[in-house]
Amino acid sequence: MKFETAAGDNPIDRQQVVGKAVDRIDGPLKTTGTASYAYEWHDQVSNPAYGHVIGSAIAKGRIASIDLSHARRSPGVVTIVTAETAGALGKGKYNNAKLLGGPEIQHYHQAVALVVAESLEQARAAAQLVRIRYVREAGHFDLEAAKDRAAKPDTITGGPADTAVGDFATAFAAAPVQLDATYTTPDQSHAMMEPHASIAAWDGDRLTLWTSNQMIEWGKQDVAKTLNLPVDNVRLISPYIGGGFGGKLFVRADALLAALGARAAGRPVKVALSRPLMINNTTHRAATIQRIRIGANADGRIVAIGHENWSGDLNGEKAESGVRYTRPLYAGAHRMTATRLASLDLPEANAMRAPSDAPGSMVLEIAMDEMAEKLGLDPIEFRLINDTQVVPEQPERSFSQRRLKECLLQGAQHFGWNRRAAQPATRREGAWLIGMGVAGGFRDSPVTPSAARVRLDGRGIVTVESDMTDIGTGSYTIIAQTAAEMMGVPLEQVVVKLGDSSFPVSSGSGGQWGANSSTSGVYAACVKLRTSVAQKLGFDAEQALFEGGEIRQGDRRVSLRDAAADGNLVAEDAIEFGDLDERYKLSTFAAHFVEVAVHSATAEVRVRRMLAVCAAGRILNPKTARSQVIGAMTMGVGAALMEELAVDTRHGFFVNHDLAGYEVPVHADIPHQDVIFLDETDPLSSPMKAKGVGELGICGISAAVANAIYNATGVRVRSYPVTLDKMLEGLPQAV
Amino acid sequence: MKSFTYERPASPSAAAAAAAAPGARFIAGGTNLLDLMKLEIETPMHLIDVNGLALDSIETTADGGLRIGALVRNTALAADTRVRRDYGVLSRALLAGASGQLRNKATTAGNLLQRTRCPYFYDTNQPCNKRMPGSGCGALEGFSRQHAVIGASDACIATHPSDMAVAMRALDATVETVRPDGSTRRIPIAELHRLPGDTPHIEHALAPGELIAAVTLPRPIGGAQLYYKVRDRASYAFALVSVAAIVQADGSGRVAIGGVAHKPWRVEAAEAELPRGARAVSERLLADARPTHHNAFKLTLVQRTLGAVLAEARA
Repeated sequence: MKFETAAGDNPIDRQQVVGKAVDRIDGPLKTTGTASYAYEWHDQVSNPAYGHVIGSAIAKGRIASIDLSHARRSPGVVTIVTAETAGALGKGKYNNAKLLGGPEIQHYHQAVALVVAESLEQARAAAQLVRIRYVREAGHFDLEAAKDRAAKPDTITGGPADTAVGDFATAFAAAPVQLDATYTTPDQSHAMMEPHASIAAWDGDRLTLWTSNQMIEWGKQDVAKTLNLPVDNVRLISPYIGGGFGGKLFVRADALLAALGARAAGRPVKVALSRPLMINNTTHRAATIQRIRIGANADGRIVAIGHENWSGDLNGEKAESGVRYTRPLYAGAHRMTATRLASLDLPEANAMRAPSDAPGSMVLEIAMDEMAEKLGLDPIEFRLINDTQVVPEQPERSFSQRRLKECLLQGAQHFGWNRRAAQPATRREGAWLIGMGVAGGFRDSPVTPSAARVRLDGRGIVTVESDMTDIGTGSYTIIAQTAAEMMGVPLEQVVVKLGDSSFPVSSGSGGQWGANSSTSGVYAACVKLRTSVAQKLGFDAEQALFEGGEIRQGDRRVSLRDAAADGNLVAEDAIEFGDLDERYKLSTFAAHFVEVAVHSATAEVRVRRMLAVCAAGRILNPKTARSQVIGAMTMGVGAALMEELAVDTRHGFFVNHDLAGYEVPVHADIPHQDVIFLDETDPLSSPMKAKGVGELGICGISAAVANAIYNATGVRVRSYPVTLDKMLEGLPQAV
Repeated sequence: MKSFTYERPASPSAAAAAAAAPGARFIAGGTNLLDLMKLEIETPMHLIDVNGLALDSIETTADGGLRIGALVRNTALAADTRVRRDYGVLSRALLAGASGQLRNKATTAGNLLQRTRCPYFYDTNQPCNKRMPGSGCGALEGFSRQHAVIGASDACIATHPSDMAVAMRALDATVETVRPDGSTRRIPIAELHRLPGDTPHIEHALAPGELIAAVTLPRPIGGAQLYYKVRDRASYAFALVSVAAIVQADGSGRVAIGGVAHKPWRVEAAEAELPRGARAVSERLLADARPTHHNAFKLTLVQRTLGAVLAEARA
């Protein structure tokens, strides 16, 4: 099915099942521990051996020698894999550094060996006996120091590296009110609960990988490419994923080394990355330095807005550029954005929840707060003055829907914004300074092809199969709701099978494209199945109503079971998208409100209340969508207050590489969270009229926290995370 | 993890005798040791499990103090009504540490002897004089935000991570031990932990095999007993700085600081400054501080936190 024109009325609009806050259909499996995660396929894989990954002890250089003799003699050792023994390996399209390093070392904790033994403990003990001599080479590990030799990348995700409209320099210089400020965001780790983990089993030259991966088809292609196998010889199975946040978009060392280990061992091998390896071996969100310049007239209208972004990556491969956030958001006739990318020898950077827009929003939404103050305007008022219904860089292009204004106004009322003191550091409760902050929020809602197979059986059960993944987001549930709505059956009559490369290729999960794209694919397959059912039972598919487990037309009604009485009916289709997302900008919008308390002596920050108001098309399931948004808000509080991978710029690694050192919010950090979804549908987005929401929730929230801290204390911190050491000197004199 | 042998001794003296052998380590709650063994930072050849020894009671002493068995779990100690009534600073410090699950498992003696959480100590690829004497200190010119600001050396700038020990230092606790020859001795808590000097791998005054049997607290001294722990998140994090304070109605009192040194930091002479306020006390307490660029804020933070604590004590 090709989606090329605005969606008209369709069965989803009935919202008998879609749009309802139903519980996750996979919830009981997870709460009872019966959902098999990647490391847990005990029934499928008997007698596995255990692999332990050795990470490089240096960030850049070469392996001079590896002595495996002691390790080989260690109890229980089955085999040891190194680049020397592994044979010729390719490199995946989505990988930057090699997944198995040596002799060249590209980054700290790059995998250099896999020790396979009868038990995990034996593998780990033997790994300590592997003697590796390295030759260290100087590297570049410091973004600030590398900034001046950063280069302009060819493109950044979703557009050119630089853009310019009008005459920014002249307009900015002439603007009566100006802001020119530089901000930084640190390297961050996804810190999902489940580690990267895989079990590999070979049958001849056919490989099955039980793994934890957000993008099954990408993974299958890249595994085949790396192992020089025909694509059809690779099967990936990943039905349950304990969090990804972009860290599992790609095949990582666990999968490759499990495969290599299993081949060398001649039996299945399971590998999980330890937490330190997750941080320095896999991907992370790159740090940024961002300069914002805004010029406005005294009435608050922006006349010039400029955003420059510097980041670094291994081999200068991929930019984390906040400019993407500024390009479409606030109005202003004269504009410029620029992205520069340095080559660093840190572990490779890549996508983490709302790549580019999360750090872009962290910065621009502070700048808007600063500018509002300079103008003497309420920060909501300032944003409303500069709201736009067209893309500022492309005035001929409208947003399909843009209800930022409603988000801000409804949020202000709900949150009690009028109780905010305009003057910072004037509200106090005992030892605590109280402040409120707001930020806009924006994230595109991309669509991408997605296929599904649906099957109706003689019991009236509808089974959906797709290689779509559920990374904790609720994919199972919204797909079941979609199929139930389309086929007119209760939710309990739908079975959903996901995350297997033997199923039709879906959108996968990432970039908040998954929910809208994958359910649209299920919609397309169900349209076909409806036609089959109608034909089989002598109905007109266009006119018939699918309801109550029956197909109905006029006064004729027949059970769906009858359609499959003499054999299952199977339909498969994919949704494909025309150029609507080029003609219109498909985006989601939010307003974030935060109240904080800051201790007047210690500068400890406690978030007291949070509210997100989201405009994101049809909300397929308010319960799972809310979970996505509050999770994103939590992650945004982490980014605002504590999350930072500390770089040792001498040795080139992230020092705080465990969850004791890399702090993420705990329950005590997260107070009452409120989420409001505006009631909307977007017929230009898909037949589901839905959009993504899982990343919208993190865009803007961190700045709302930072702005609330400023309102509480009068101390403006432009370097994330906003930790207490950056505020102490600015606080009022202590007693 | 290296393979090891394991025994459960019948008595404290048998435990101490067994532990005198090279490569032997006691294990109680295991909340720290097992992590370190998995990473092969600790590689004991022989584990002596002391959990079966009857060292898990809290008893009132003849002089009206409290004798806390070495195996009393942090949760039980924090909840003990005598501790809550008479030694509030200790109960508060315990509850500021770790998480509920860890406190259920962690013991009194184990808490005292837990090792630093310096990330360079934890990464076996990095130099660390504590883990591998003579290899150097990775933290000194590395990432040192959490590290010591006073009492450190060029060999080591690690901190002691315990909250409980800071309160016990303020309370003038005494550690009772059993030695391999069966004899016992009493070590003032001030002398239990060592400063790093040139031998940061030697962290305490205990001889090989010497087993902590109990910690005794002197008779209650009353006063307002407060523990304030400052950290980057609201729970389950090590202190940036912490303040244990016992403040009497006449303004006199005691102050011990956590998160700033290789041991709980207390300078009795500084306490004479209490009537003059937090700044005066802090200046005396931290007179010889040598912070790094990353952790110089701790000096300000100690003073401000102490100020808040004293204000609360007076309130």
